Amino acid sequence: MTDQTNVVVTGLGTTNPLGGDTAATWDGALAGRSGVRTLEQDWVSQYDLPVTFAGQLAVPAEEKLTRQEMRRMDPSAQFAMIAARQAWADAGEPEVDGERLGAVVASGIGGVTTLVNAWDTIKEKGVRRVLPLTVPMLMPNSPAAYVSIALGAKAGSHTPVSACASGAEAIGYGLEMIRTGRADVVVAGGTEAATHPLPIASFAKMQALSTRNDDPAGASRPYDVNRDGFVLGEGAAVVVLESEVHARARGARVYARVAGVGMTADAYDIAPPDPSGAGQERALRLALENAGVSTADLVHVNAHATSTPAGDGVEATAIRRALGAEADHVAVSATKSMTGHLLGGAGALESLLTVLAVHHRTAPPTINVTDPEPDLEIDLVRDTPRELPQGQIAAVNNAFGFGGHNVALVVASS
Amino acid sequence: MAHSEEDILAGLAEIVNEETGLETDAVQADKSFTDDLDIDSLSMMTIVTLAEEKFDVRIPDEEVKNLATVGDAVKYIVQAQS
Repeated sequence: MTDQTNVVVTGLGTTNPLGGDTAATWDGALAGRSGVRTLEQDWVSQYDLPVTFAGQLAVPAEEKLTRQEMRRMDPSAQFAMIAARQAWADAGEPEVDGERLGAVVASGIGGVTTLVNAWDTIKEKGVRRVLPLTVPMLMPNSPAAYVSIALGAKAGSHTPVSACASGAEAIGYGLEMIRTGRADVVVAGGTEAATHPLPIASFAKMQALSTRNDDPAGASRPYDVNRDGFVLGEGAAVVVLESEVHARARGARVYARVAGVGMTADAYDIAPPDPSGAGQERALRLALENAGVSTADLVHVNAHATSTPAGDGVEATAIRRALGAEADHVAVSATKSMTGHLLGGAGALESLLTVLAVHHRTAPPTINVTDPEPDLEIDLVRDTPRELPQGQIAAVNNAFGFGGHNVALVVASS
Repeated sequence: MAHSEEDILAGLAEIVNEETGLETDAVQADKSFTDDLDIDSLSMMTIVTLAEEKFDVRIPDEEVKNLATVGDAVKYIVQAQS
């Protein structure tokens, strides 16, 4: 049964490789800029890492947080707090009973740098030097908990963990919290801070990462024939979801509606997607059904498209199968070409970009596609933004994760 | 090399400042960690851990509850050095 409670987006916040806030991020995306750079940390050469670049925050976290916040939070929580505060301010700091306010902030990996640094401390200095906040910092629910504490969100604080689908799943979870009557307002999003030799070495060993070390800005190239893997990114994005009744009653500015969500599992493999794309296709169909949106109204997809040789084609097939001939009028954007892949933050950042695309009726570009796959069955927005139609429109953000997690989130004009 | 009481007080004040943001001037010998400086138990354990490293002493976990004031901590560290 689909609950008909309308849920709208009234606030947006993000910090990511393209920008330290929503406006800078959207400007960067429309301009087709890359946030990917060569890493300058000593450990890159120290460990002779096979990949020497990533998308790091455009504006360092220490410029937005106090020294104490920096010390007490893992970077994953730091990024989430920055995004959540922006989103809350952007929403006009809604007056809401704390027991009707939820916080859902996902992470794919959690406090991995805290964990590894604490183990280094034990090895180098002994167990007495481990700091007592190590566990609260490394636990993956730490970002959600800090956001909940900061905003007094008592309706529930949740952390979906589904690898690179986590951020979109969090927004889907927030949608359900409002639809089922648990909350009137939910702050939802995702975060990741995995710029560390361990994740880089591990992803590289899977041959999942691009090794285009001599051209970082050109490395993330979804749907290009010469793509060779994803580019690690970091950051967070958070949206303020609100029941339409609550938002209208306080005269809030509404960006768009989060109209529905579809979630499926491949039940196929722990890493690559089911090559048939059946699970992804089903997620997209279920999302549209859940949203009550017909394929004729769908004008834009922000694709998961990570720039891996295997993954992008599967998604293109799934989109074509789910939409059929209607896919001809759907502008597909792969914004990871500019931001890199934020893992647990990706589905949140790309949902935020999908909300902005609907709000501004503009699909952001996909950069670096100099030589597109020859038999691509989708209409890829390349190089420059594309105007979307007037009238009632809908868009989808796809987010898929290792382990076969598929999430499709539908955003519609309000 | 043993640190003087003044050194230890100043060093503790720096640690408290890093951890809590309190001004170093507020960290005086007669101040209670909990009642005056509003330091919770996890922050206290962090301060103790950092103090052990800074002054190269051992402050057993079961001793921490006896360190009510900044002065208590200074005294403990002075004795632990010798």
